[in-house]
Amino acid sequence: MKISLGCVPFYWPADTLKTFYQDISSLPVDIVYLGESVCSKRRELSTAEWIELGQEIARSGKQAVLSSLALIEARSELTTLKRLCDNGEMMVEANDMAAAEMMHERGLPFVAGNGINIYNASTLRVLHRQGMVRWLFPVELSAQCLADILRDAQDMGFANQVETEVLSYGHLGLAYSARCFTARAHLLPKDRCKFICKDYPEGLPLTTQEDQELFTLNGIQVMSGEICNLLPEAQAMHDMGVDIMRITPTTMDMADVINGFRDALDGKTTAMKQAANAFSNGYWYGKPGMDHVQTPASLDV
Amino acid sequence: MELVCPAGNLPSLKAAVDNGADAVYIGFRDDTNARHFAGLNFNDKKAHKALDYARDRDVRIFVAVNTFAQPAGWERWTRAVDLAADLRVDALIAADIGVLGYAAETHPELNLHLSVQASATNARALNFYFDNFGIRRAVLPRVLSLPQVRALAEDSPVDLEVFGFGSLCIMAEGRCYLSSYLTGQSPNTFGACSPASAVRWEDTADGGLETRLNGVLINRHAAGCNAGYPTLCKGRFNVAGQTGHALEEPTSLNTLELLPELRQLGIGAIKIEGRQRSPAYVAQVVHVWRQAMDALEQNPEHFTIQSEWSKVLAAASEGSQTTLGAYSRPWQ
Repeated sequence: MKISLGCVPFYWPADTLKTFYQDISSLPVDIVYLGESVCSKRRELSTAEWIELGQEIARSGKQAVLSSLALIEARSELTTLKRLCDNGEMMVEANDMAAAEMMHERGLPFVAGNGINIYNASTLRVLHRQGMVRWLFPVELSAQCLADILRDAQDMGFANQVETEVLSYGHLGLAYSARCFTARAHLLPKDRCKFICKDYPEGLPLTTQEDQELFTLNGIQVMSGEICNLLPEAQAMHDMGVDIMRITPTTMDMADVINGFRDALDGKTTAMKQAANAFSNGYWYGKPGMDHVQTPASLDV
Repeated sequence: MELVCPAGNLPSLKAAVDNGADAVYIGFRDDTNARHFAGLNFNDKKAHKALDYARDRDVRIFVAVNTFAQPAGWERWTRAVDLAADLRVDALIAADIGVLGYAAETHPELNLHLSVQASATNARALNFYFDNFGIRRAVLPRVLSLPQVRALAEDSPVDLEVFGFGSLCIMAEGRCYLSSYLTGQSPNTFGACSPASAVRWEDTADGGLETRLNGVLINRHAAGCNAGYPTLCKGRFNVAGQTGHALEEPTSLNTLELLPELRQLGIGAIKIEGRQRSPAYVAQVVHVWRQAMDALEQNPEHFTIQSEWSKVLAAASEGSQTTLGAYSRPWQ
């Protein structure tokens, strides 16, 4: 089982990002996604700098993949996307159909990320024919659904030509809007947001009036309040043909989580294993995403 | 510009047709469409009746098969597409790439519209659906500003349909899982947001009311205050030390004042939301929009909104207030 690191969903300063990825180069992740996927106003790193950073990561022996913006509304955003797709060496994670279309046009392989709705094997096949070589399983679907899709893909004869990746740790991306919720919380219009997202490097918590942790606001994105952790499902994932478990950064120091995952996947007992039941995992069991389902936690992969 | 109106049942369909709809969109009676509510939608027989009623009056019928098919229910979606083809409907509105592929391959004569649930917000995304499935029209998500709609109208390979009036989804449609995070069911998977089966209304000791979704507190209403349906994005929550409508207020989208500009941009159709609404609601809203669109055609240079239209639409709106939504940058 490979481990990937999803792109940073939050707005961090350029220096923080550079230090973060320097640290990652020595950690046991196989694939690193990077780029701005949430808001086109976040320009601490230019597209050229993201590409450069990706090249550095690739030199450290990891696969670097450039993540594209999730909600593309303006012509200028398509221009940025074109630059990403024309980087010349790295794959692109398509978080909008526009990216899938551009990569197809160039005859280049791509990853279908969060925001591309793949709910059945027929959809998977269409995208595979477009050049998709890897897909991220949608967060709101269950293990049973994943098993069904992979079985159908097997029957259709292309299952071994695509890699399957499951978001296994982090806040779940639940919605995108035209509206910026972080700016709204500060009574700022989106066009004059003062880059307020920088004040919330781990997102802005939204709770109910009973103080229940519900969502995490991240600019135009709404994420789950709780962190989802599917580490205890590693064996089940392995058995059904999942290739990659993805960790999404929740904070600037992900070393413990990444090492914990790697150790657990290598059969060692770690604190990560024992702590897993403190996180939400409902979607995997076909229940509300916020639910905590107790798992048998057979972890030896 | 075509006026596309909602119908959740035969009386609503008649109301839409009788009040001037150019086209009416309906869904079948299961989770293949994004208004999968108890008692709503059309079975085979009712769909035939609807078609007859509309065709006799030169009104087009569209069928929405616009949720996302999971493997366990795949045959329900292909059956719905087959039924729409058998009925020779004027358009099939779909979002799922697999469903669109099935429709294009099996029924090449079917006129395909891309549902708002496909979340296609730019020309390149529209190109993907045009190249692969030959869609002829796309319904735009309610996330674009008016200048963005203008640019897209210039670049789009297909005719565009935009929302004119009704409940306002503030998230990019098809990419919102808030409902399933709380209840296990979402528009994508089940065809409903904040499903009624998960809703609890609870009286409080001080005479107020609390609304909950699968146990999660969505809103608290003081005694005597109007309590709306607890659609979760319209609840009141705590953020940064404040309690309020952190995501959106209960309000409806109303773009009547944008009509002349939308016409000028060459937008092909205006969609009215509300298959879950009553026949009386449909009649009122469609009546106003028909009058407005006729007035616009007759005198495009001097279009003015009649106060009576605004009054009717405000009364039909959530929380009795309307907004231009994302079309207007300050809203964003």
